Amino acid sequence: MMGRTIFIDPGRCIGCQACVSACRECDSHRGKSMIHLDYTDEGRSVASLPTVCMHCEDPVAPCAEVCPADAILVTADGVVQQADTTRCIGCANCVNACPFGVPKIDLQAKLQMKCNLCYDRTAYGLAPMCATVCPTGALFYGTVEELQAERPGVQVADTFVFGETEVRTGVAMVVPADKVQWPVPGGLPVVEINGKDVRR
Amino acid sequence: MTADPRAADRRTHLSLDPSLAPPGTRGFRDAGGIPADQWHADQNGETLVPTHCCFCGVQCGMYLRVDRGGKVFGVEPRNHDINRMRLCPKGINAYQQVNHPDRLTAPLMRRSRDEEFREVSWDEALDFTVSEIKRIQQAHGNDAFGLLGGASLFSEKTYLVGKFARVALKSRHVDYNGRLCMVSAAGANKLAFGIDRAGNPFSDILLTDCLLIAGSNVGECFPVMTQYVWGARDRGASLIVIDPRETAIARTADIHVALKPGTDSAFFNSVLHVVIEEGLTDESYLAAHATGWAEVRAKAAEYPPSRAAGICGVPAEQIVQVARAFARAPRAMAWHARGIEHHSQGVENCLSVINLCTATGHIGRPGAGYGTITGQGNGQGGREHGQKSDLLPGGRSIMNEEHRRQICEIWGIEESELPPAGTSMMEMVWQMQRREIRGLIGICNNPFVSLPNYKVVKEGYDATEFHAQFDFFLSETAANAHVVFPVTTWAEDDGVMANAEARVVKHNKAQDPPPGVRTDTWVMCELARRLGAGDKFAFADSRAVFDELRVASAGTVNDYYGITYERLEETGGIAWPCPSTDHPGTPRLFEDGKTYHPDGKIHMQVVEWHPPMDPYDDEHPMSLTTGRTVAHFLSGNQTRRLGALVEQTPRPWAELHPSHGFRNGEPVRVVTRRGSEVFPALVTEAIRPDTVFIPYHWPVPTSANALTIDALDPRSKIPEYKVCACRIEHAEKIDEVPAPPVAPGHVAYPETQVSRTDPLPPTAPQGRGTSERS
Ligand code: SF4
Ligand code: SF4
Repeated sequence: MMGRTIFIDPGRCIGCQACVSACRECDSHRGKSMIHLDYTDEGRSVASLPTVCMHCEDPVAPCAEVCPADAILVTADGVVQQADTTRCIGCANCVNACPFGVPKIDLQAKLQMKCNLCYDRTAYGLAPMCATVCPTGALFYGTVEELQAERPGVQVADTFVFGETEVRTGVAMVVPADKVQWPVPGGLPVVEINGKDVRR
Repeated sequence: MTADPRAADRRTHLSLDPSLAPPGTRGFRDAGGIPADQWHADQNGETLVPTHCCFCGVQCGMYLRVDRGGKVFGVEPRNHDINRMRLCPKGINAYQQVNHPDRLTAPLMRRSRDEEFREVSWDEALDFTVSEIKRIQQAHGNDAFGLLGGASLFSEKTYLVGKFARVALKSRHVDYNGRLCMVSAAGANKLAFGIDRAGNPFSDILLTDCLLIAGSNVGECFPVMTQYVWGARDRGASLIVIDPRETAIARTADIHVALKPGTDSAFFNSVLHVVIEEGLTDESYLAAHATGWAEVRAKAAEYPPSRAAGICGVPAEQIVQVARAFARAPRAMAWHARGIEHHSQGVENCLSVINLCTATGHIGRPGAGYGTITGQGNGQGGREHGQKSDLLPGGRSIMNEEHRRQICEIWGIEESELPPAGTSMMEMVWQMQRREIRGLIGICNNPFVSLPNYKVVKEGYDATEFHAQFDFFLSETAANAHVVFPVTTWAEDDGVMANAEARVVKHNKAQDPPPGVRTDTWVMCELARRLGAGDKFAFADSRAVFDELRVASAGTVNDYYGITYERLEETGGIAWPCPSTDHPGTPRLFEDGKTYHPDGKIHMQVVEWHPPMDPYDDEHPMSLTTGRTVAHFLSGNQTRRLGALVEQTPRPWAELHPSHGFRNGEPVRVVTRRGSEVFPALVTEAIRPDTVFIPYHWPVPTSANALTIDALDPRSKIPEYKVCACRIEHAEKIDEVPAPPVAPGHVAYPETQVSRTDPLPPTAPQGRGTSERS
């Protein structure tokens, strides 16, 4: 886990999509949001949780690993950057590789887009836009100590298992204290391009 | 602004000298969230103007980003101590209204409703309005002309609305759309405590041990307040939610009471019954601080859980659990909103909550007390200074001789000239229907969407001989007017609002209005001048109005005298009463155990439950209830034009339980005694089987308020939006969502120009879930 990072706490999410709107306001990709909201139990509950880039650490970001154009850079502090527009060829390999369903392709521009942890803000010590505005703290930016000081006893996980593969991430997830599982089951990858499930 | 303690180490960490940090957004970032000098441009020409959100009663602090040309173009979160950087999607997108292509930029006029609007000069529009006012008043008396204000206006403007009606129009008929908002809570608080506001600040929620939220979908209607609720949970506080739907807040509650709409006071009487039975009352507190306890106690005896469970449709066991959790907690708080207030017994519902707080001694301590959550930004401040039909500035009563005399002295008029109390907003519409009121000016309201029983509202407005409306977009109501005055948005003027905590905050002007647009203050003063009352309305700007308002409120319960623009800018908000310029304000009430009644006691009131006004029968067996969705604000006039918010929640739906056999997205016709409309079904277990929910932000033919009943609470005159009898049927097809009206000569956003035909409801309960389609 990086020093300061995003913690996702689905138990607090109220599904307001302030994070989605805020992400759209970020100067590095104004007008487009890199977050989406998932509904885990539709038809039964209002439960929701935001999906942001998990900034995978180990194995080194699957998206970056599979990129044939070496367009996805991982910075020294562990931030998996959006694809470099001068290199990206819009092949969507990254979309298929990401186990969390994060990168998107702008089909018109033939360019990849993804969350870069608001590098324009975090570099100045500010929280990313989504975690700044999130009314509930379902998205929290800081260190794990800062999180635990604010929320006594909170447990986090940063390792997820997809079948045989384990992925350790820079962004962490709050897990129920009485059900700490390690690693957290991640399920099947969501394969999605421009909102369409490409497996169908 | 309260500094974020962490911001200081970020500065050290970045080893930046804050005095060298450039201002504007760049400087804001360099200084870790504290603008070095927010009023001057940075090297890109960008300025950050500190202000607040224009929407709900949380009043989140925000910066508006202003470019080198002086135009608002974005938002930056602000570390104000109300919201500590947090914003909801409405707040984030609010800035897009300011330079929206749908803005009205010239007065619109027509002599009859058969004609098309044409753009005219300000002189022509003002002259026509004044001549119509005079014509109607000469023929039918001064009271034949009415004024309807709004609770999203700055307090200065609401003060002017009240003064304009009584001094310039000389009419008794003035009211405002806060009448649809929290007047039930206001009435109850006034009766019980002699003061009309929440007892505790939001920050007290963090200190409580048991938080009871009744009839408030906090997650969608006041999202930023959730941080306080979750903060209390982090500290181990228990959470009780009373709501027919399992909302985001109810989902994680310790006790969620999904009671049948319209049964709240039976429920709270029964909770009090259990509290008494189990000996959990605070008798010494009651003896010292309350009157009426014996009567309230006797009434509660009539509501054993076995009886209330039948009325409310909840297990009796839950009533016992709530009573124990609330009464046994060392510190407990109750917050409520429209869910219990929008009823023909709205005042009683609020009083039943107050009785519970009083009986358990949970009043006037850190972490113990009550609060009401205001829907509109200035829902609290909007009625404090004389915009409501029965109130004069400073919350004075228009029926009280002494109060009338005091205000007449300040206004420089004879007491005989001051009209008596008028009627409420809905009653004024009925009077319009009966042609008792023949002319109307509407400011900052949209009754065509927001009032119940649309058919009656349309008939009332259609019957007026003259109707003028102030707005910055052509609302559904403005589209029906004879004259539309294009006025400023919140970002184009200075002014104050009071949030749900009664904390007065200052909004700052971020840009000049577009050419052709005037402030509401200017228009009212100009109309007054042309009506011959110019000397009473010689206000240059908001500050001049505010200074008169301060004086007019001095010495009353709603005392603003000690609040000045300068102090507001320095402190980030002051809670009234604040009688002198060195007074710190009053964030928490009754700490000395004294209320604002002359005897200093809490006047407990006996509450009797009675069924809702629209009876159930075989044809209408279910309850229809209405409410908000997080992406939209009230009548939607402002938010139904903003692309991101339309994308998030494009249309209304009818939320119902799977037991009715509907599939998600199927057309469902909801029928009440007032009419029927078709919506896509949103099938979810998160609602009671006997209840249907529809969000109300859209106009006909997808309007919840075409179906709701115009029954009023006899005391507060609030309409019974939250319950009426209905049935549901399968329908053929779903009605399109009409595009918002666009003024002549203006282009709409492509997104809002076309009506939404997409038949599907949002994919998740509560209208969320249209994921990003980029
Ligand atoms: S802003 Fe926070 S609470 Fe709202 S949807 Fe996003 S993560 Fe959830
Ligand atoms: S609408 Fe309310 S909660 Fe949302 S940003 Fe505005 S003031 Fe805050």
